[in-house]
Amino acid sequence: MAEATDPPRETFRLSQLLYDARYRSMTIQVVAAILIMLLLVELVDNTVTNLAALGKDIRFGFLWTTAGYDINQQLIPFSSQDTHARAALVGILNTLLVAFLGCILATVIGVLAGVLRLSKNWIVARIMTFYVEAMRNTPLLIWILIVFAVMTEATPQPREFREGGSASMILWDSVAISNRGVYIPRPIWEAGSGIVVAVFVLSIIGIFVLRGIARKRQQATGQQLPVLRLSLLIFFLPTLVAYFIMGRPITLELPELGGFNFSGGVQIRNSFIALWLALSLYTSAFIAEIVRSGILAISKGQTEAAFALGIQPNRTMQLIILPQALRVIIPPLISQYLNLTKNSSLAIAVGYMDVRSTLGGITINQTGRELEGMLLLGIFYLITSLIISALMNLYNSSVKLKER
Amino acid sequence: MSQDRSKSVAFVRRDMIEAAAPPLGQTGALKWARENLFSGWFNTILTLLSLYVIWYVLSGVLPWTLGGIWDAGSLGECREIRDARGLESAACWAVINERWLQILFGFYPTDDVLLATLFHGDALAAAGGVDEVFGGGMNATQRIEFVSAMKNELSNGLIFIFGYWRPLVALLLLVVAVAPILYSSLPRSLLVFSLAYPFVAFFLLWGGSIWLPVLVALGLLVTILIGRAVAGRFGMLGGSLAGILAFLVIFMNPLSFVGAAGLFPLLPHVLGALDGIMPWGLTAVSSDQFGGFMLAIIIGTSGIVLSLPLGIMLALGRQSSMPLIKWVCVSFIEVIRGVPLIVWLFTASLLLNYFLPPGTNFDLLLRVIIMVTLFASAYLAEVVRGGLAALPKGQYEAADSLGLDYWKSMRLIVLPQALKISIPGIVNTFIGLFKDTTLVVFIGLRDPLGLTNAIRATAEWNGIYWELYVFVGMLFFVFCFFMSRYSMYLEQRLRTDHR
Repeated sequence: MAEATDPPRETFRLSQLLYDARYRSMTIQVVAAILIMLLLVELVDNTVTNLAALGKDIRFGFLWTTAGYDINQQLIPFSSQDTHARAALVGILNTLLVAFLGCILATVIGVLAGVLRLSKNWIVARIMTFYVEAMRNTPLLIWILIVFAVMTEATPQPREFREGGSASMILWDSVAISNRGVYIPRPIWEAGSGIVVAVFVLSIIGIFVLRGIARKRQQATGQQLPVLRLSLLIFFLPTLVAYFIMGRPITLELPELGGFNFSGGVQIRNSFIALWLALSLYTSAFIAEIVRSGILAISKGQTEAAFALGIQPNRTMQLIILPQALRVIIPPLISQYLNLTKNSSLAIAVGYMDVRSTLGGITINQTGRELEGMLLLGIFYLITSLIISALMNLYNSSVKLKER
Repeated sequence: MSQDRSKSVAFVRRDMIEAAAPPLGQTGALKWARENLFSGWFNTILTLLSLYVIWYVLSGVLPWTLGGIWDAGSLGECREIRDARGLESAACWAVINERWLQILFGFYPTDDVLLATLFHGDALAAAGGVDEVFGGGMNATQRIEFVSAMKNELSNGLIFIFGYWRPLVALLLLVVAVAPILYSSLPRSLLVFSLAYPFVAFFLLWGGSIWLPVLVALGLLVTILIGRAVAGRFGMLGGSLAGILAFLVIFMNPLSFVGAAGLFPLLPHVLGALDGIMPWGLTAVSSDQFGGFMLAIIIGTSGIVLSLPLGIMLALGRQSSMPLIKWVCVSFIEVIRGVPLIVWLFTASLLLNYFLPPGTNFDLLLRVIIMVTLFASAYLAEVVRGGLAALPKGQYEAADSLGLDYWKSMRLIVLPQALKISIPGIVNTFIGLFKDTTLVVFIGLRDPLGLTNAIRATAEWNGIYWELYVFVGMLFFVFCFFMSRYSMYLEQRLRTDHR
């Protein structure tokens, strides 16, 4: 009977720190940690010395002092007497506005272009290829400048809209495109309009409820409800009825030419439109490629299998292809949304007052707090990015192939 | 029975009929058009709609482009010519004709001495020769007058070739240096030149003493050789230490804190001595004179070359099993990627001086290149990480079971495959980097778009937009389009699986 013996006990030698894979990673990390600490200490030390030499310090109190400048586009009320913090907030909202609208328009154009690029129609596919290549291979800044030049140079002046002038308003005299901006009607909310809005919101909730009922019913009995037609009915009918019952409480104030400029209506600045359109067009080319590759990534066997099961072509797209393609499409799509949001900082080229121009521009120039201002600006963009990527990760894990 | 029938039938064909040509609608262009353009009512509508769009766009753009006016001194003249010709709209290409050198090179100085000796010999002799005009005999105003008179006589093409020969040669050599990297059919010995190219390009573009780039190159060479020699004897670690030590002795001043400032490093002393003996060099050009499309190429190329190794290291670090390394790489990548490039560029121009030791102040162009490199490397790291993740785990395990150490398994097994997978993403990042070089206009560098503003600010060309944007856009398009096509070619060539 053999006796089990312990393996000879190893004694620790110093050279193991370098040559033993178990300890080496520890050594490397300790060295790296020391180096990083040294670097950080050096940076902080330099910054403190440099600031002291300039007689500056790091304080964020400037945020609560009077801004003293005007912002030409504001989603919340702002005057030059408000604080720098509020100016930054106005800028943040402007950034988010152009990013949000840009994402929507870019998605619409991008999906359209991507699908059309796969079209069997030769001419359409070529046109879309040209569009995508032209957009993707030229800097965004050029597109922003070009759209801005179109808006300011190629559109008529307000005085052209007078009687006998060369320009006229479009959409039944309600929208004027001029070189000072686009003027659209302003809705006027009178008493009772709240009820109409409430009815509208309720009917949208109703549509979702309807879809839930329809799905349950189909799963239980196999019968399908005409969801689309019913949804359209719910969407329009109650709101219209409420609108007329309440005595038409919402009216439109049309822009009208008075003197040298338009009065009434809402003025949408050219800077906003140029930035919005250019960002959307540019990003849409990338989205088109993502959509195209997403659809191509689904093997043809899936379509054929669906047909073999007797599923109709549009149901095949809806039930078989799209759910699988979306899994490929969504992650890069979201990173394009992120890019669009970050690219909105190019607003500087057209003078749109986004957060970089307020907090990172005028505020820094006025207070001389470039370190603090840039830090806050960076943190804003970083947080936005991290939130969006966190959402993306959530979505990714929810649609991931469940391997059992 | 069959016999009966053969008797009863009057005629049986014995030989085959020649195959008839298919109906007209089933061949050639007609068939193609039917299948690709008019295969259904929806498709027909799409085709007609597209044709209308094409016609609409071309009818606007073509007359404007082709009827453009190439010969005019100002926008006003352009408009007069246009009205005289009775055209409704016409491009004023004259601005490109007159200013293309500026868009390409910004305010980079021309080699006036060469231009004068080659094409303006008589006037130069009359003014007293090269030494008199450029050597300090003439005062500055007279010299400027002389040069501008000379340039007015010369065509832009001649100035392009002979006045800007330095950036041109640098660009040509860039093509030579890049060719063996891009196309593996070329001899490998050309790679030696690719390695030397950065120093050659620096000398051509910035000028100054020839000994600076030569000595820096030699210093690096010596560092590497020492490192290798020691590594052969004392292993990797000793080699790296010796290399670092040699580098410090040659380039840095590790003893400055004990007051031995004059002792090390070697470089300035040798440089001064050589300059004294053989003062060879070109006229020095400072970074703030760089501009135009040349600037985009310089920033773009340096960013691309520098960011690839950095991005790969970051991607490997992000995959590392060591928590500290991983954590540092992840936070670096996320912070860089989370903030727009403009903000980083402003940081480089406004804040970098705060972080550096007091008194240091280095070139804005260099700062921009560093920032662009860091920015692109974070994006590259994510692309490469995708490639690393896509590789089957078996490949890593196979490398381990062969007994390869970490660096060998990465270099020989993992990275070649992972990089191949991520080629499209890498090239896309490069294209993005190249396009992003236009953003430097916001921190005061004269990139092509900034120069369009400068041109528009002059009295002659006030109010001109489209021609300049079209020209600059075309320049960028050509380069980016080439890059994207090259990535497709590379994908094809490296495709080793059998499909």
